[in-house]
Amino acid sequence: MSTGMQAFTPLDAVAAPLFEPNIDTDKLIPHKFLRKPLAAGYRNFLFHDQRFAEDGSVRPDFVLNRAPFDRARVLVAGRNFGCGSTREGAIYALQDFGIRCVVAPSFGDIFYANCLQNGLLPVVLGEATVAALAAHLEAHPGAHVAVDLAAQTLALPQGGTVRFDIDAVRKEQLLKGLDDIGMTQQHAQAIARFETAYRARHPWLFRDLPGLPRHAPRAGEGS
Amino acid sequence: MTAARTLFDKIWDAHVITSREGGESLVYVDRNLVHEGPFYAFDALSSEGRSVHRPRQTLAFSDHYVPTAGRDRGSAGIADPEARVMVEQLARNARATGIVHYGMDHPAQGIMHVVGPELGLCQPGMIVSGADSHTSTHGAFGIFGFGVGASQVKHILATQTVWVSKPRRMRVTVAGTPGPLVSAKDIILAVIAEIGIEGGNGHVIEYAGTAIEALSMEGRMTVCNMSIEAGARSGLIAPDRKTWDYLAACPHAPKGADWDAALAFWRTLPGDAGARFDRDVQIDGARIEPMVTWGTNQDEAVGIGGVVPDPRAFADAARRERAARALEYMDLAPGTALRDVAIDRVFIGSCTNARLEDLRIAASLAQGRRARVPTLVVPGSRTVKRAAEAEGLHEVFLAAGFEWRDAGCSMCTGSNGDRVPAGERCASTSNRNFEGRQGRGSRTHLVSPAAAVAAAVTGRLADPRALA
Repeated sequence: MSTGMQAFTPLDAVAAPLFEPNIDTDKLIPHKFLRKPLAAGYRNFLFHDQRFAEDGSVRPDFVLNRAPFDRARVLVAGRNFGCGSTREGAIYALQDFGIRCVVAPSFGDIFYANCLQNGLLPVVLGEATVAALAAHLEAHPGAHVAVDLAAQTLALPQGGTVRFDIDAVRKEQLLKGLDDIGMTQQHAQAIARFETAYRARHPWLFRDLPGLPRHAPRAGEGS
Repeated sequence: MTAARTLFDKIWDAHVITSREGGESLVYVDRNLVHEGPFYAFDALSSEGRSVHRPRQTLAFSDHYVPTAGRDRGSAGIADPEARVMVEQLARNARATGIVHYGMDHPAQGIMHVVGPELGLCQPGMIVSGADSHTSTHGAFGIFGFGVGASQVKHILATQTVWVSKPRRMRVTVAGTPGPLVSAKDIILAVIAEIGIEGGNGHVIEYAGTAIEALSMEGRMTVCNMSIEAGARSGLIAPDRKTWDYLAACPHAPKGADWDAALAFWRTLPGDAGARFDRDVQIDGARIEPMVTWGTNQDEAVGIGGVVPDPRAFADAARRERAARALEYMDLAPGTALRDVAIDRVFIGSCTNARLEDLRIAASLAQGRRARVPTLVVPGSRTVKRAAEAEGLHEVFLAAGFEWRDAGCSMCTGSNGDRVPAGERCASTSNRNFEGRQGRGSRTHLVSPAAAVAAAVTGRLADPRALA
């Protein structure tokens, strides 16, 4: 896999319930795996310490190890999902496992932003709705959730459709697979004007910045 | 007439380049801090053929993967090949892009949130982004500092800007005077226990009140550092005379006429009288005790004189379930006095509590005592280490049987190999007590440096006031 924006196409897939609050990024991917190259397959590190025993054997009781949840494309989680660190490895691990959409009552702010950067769709729904969905998935393993980002709807397996909110620009980016840099470059002139004015207003911020003393000493600079 | 603005409003307004439908704004980033972690950002930048727009406004720090012992051979001496790759790869990426790098043999090396302020490179009124959630630390200087993932790091490297939604504003006022040996760490743990670990989501928290004003800059950094543990994007404290005094001594702070201009600007930053907050929280500082966490989230904390709560006592069902699970992981029974909990090791370090003031307090309590469990002291930077040694603090630690290491993140995340073995219980001055945070199966009790020493010399969680 590679990092970066992926377009979100309509999805109708198995959803897995993991309805616990505060699933932090250390749980999503323990720190010791963040040194691994992407080629190592981040799916192997997702929820590592819960999915695998100390000896490396698979824990059959963990939801994502159980068929049919092992082919889930949607994860239905508890409040404050992804709280904790900035590690984008958490997103890469979810995506490499095949998860394309996480549904939760709320998300950690940084995790939510990281999702949008990579085309993983974070869907915020009311706590009661998410709880009912998770309970249904638990009772009906293999039930599908259909996600239509263009319409901003989720078709629930127990029947009915719910609408979710998402920033209009973010939605367009997700649908088209556009990353932020492309959007930002449309404002290149505004950025240049801003920088000039900002530097004039706060000249002290841009003097005495450390140059490259370690690698390219300036003339006369001692060691 | 313009409306009264908070400190945050003023910083925000000064950095917005453009705003768009949906609510996000493109803001200018004054300083961007990276560590070994976001190598994906450099890889992607290079594969997309992009350059770094303002390399001198990014600073790179080797902190997560550096060993804290046996550093005389530099990165070549790192025994763990993967950790060595992480350290060397950052050095290479920094060199290739023209970014200054505080590598492991640099005299100013250390944890990014300790070194950035020490250098005086992060100043009031700035926006500082960082590849680390604890970039909120910089808020102690009246900076909007926030953590971003590798993709946004890439964006900032390429454009020196980032798209963000304007967070809501929360004010947490800690009034009154905390008692002796009640530290900034205890204040922030009490705040998180009050508002909950998602109480700050979507917000920037501005701290105010006499207990905050009375804190040193080091203490203010501890408070702002853990704002993210309440889910907040950042913490902020209005700059004041303590801020100017701290900065005046920093090598890269403005000098001469620049200093005068900067100071005049900094004085305009504190919030206007009557500025409105979206949420206001009041905490009585005089009632805060030395705190200790009993669970696996930072809001699961009580005063050291307390007991492990009974999950059934929580009114909220989700909270009950979460507490029960935490107690199972932590192997603690409801009703147990925290002071009866035996511990296996102690870690004094991390971007939360590894500054000179933290080490001074730790040494003052360790003086003449002996550790009963393995105790690791890891200064936040090499600058802190030199200053501590100049005062003889290391001799106190060594005489007490503590280990005195080199600077880095160390046992907070264990990414350099300094880990808590499975099943062990660690009293730690770090910031996260999540399951497995300090190593698989590790059990973390977050405490202040004073309480960490009390734990080290008694072999159990303990009230530091009993040592004074």
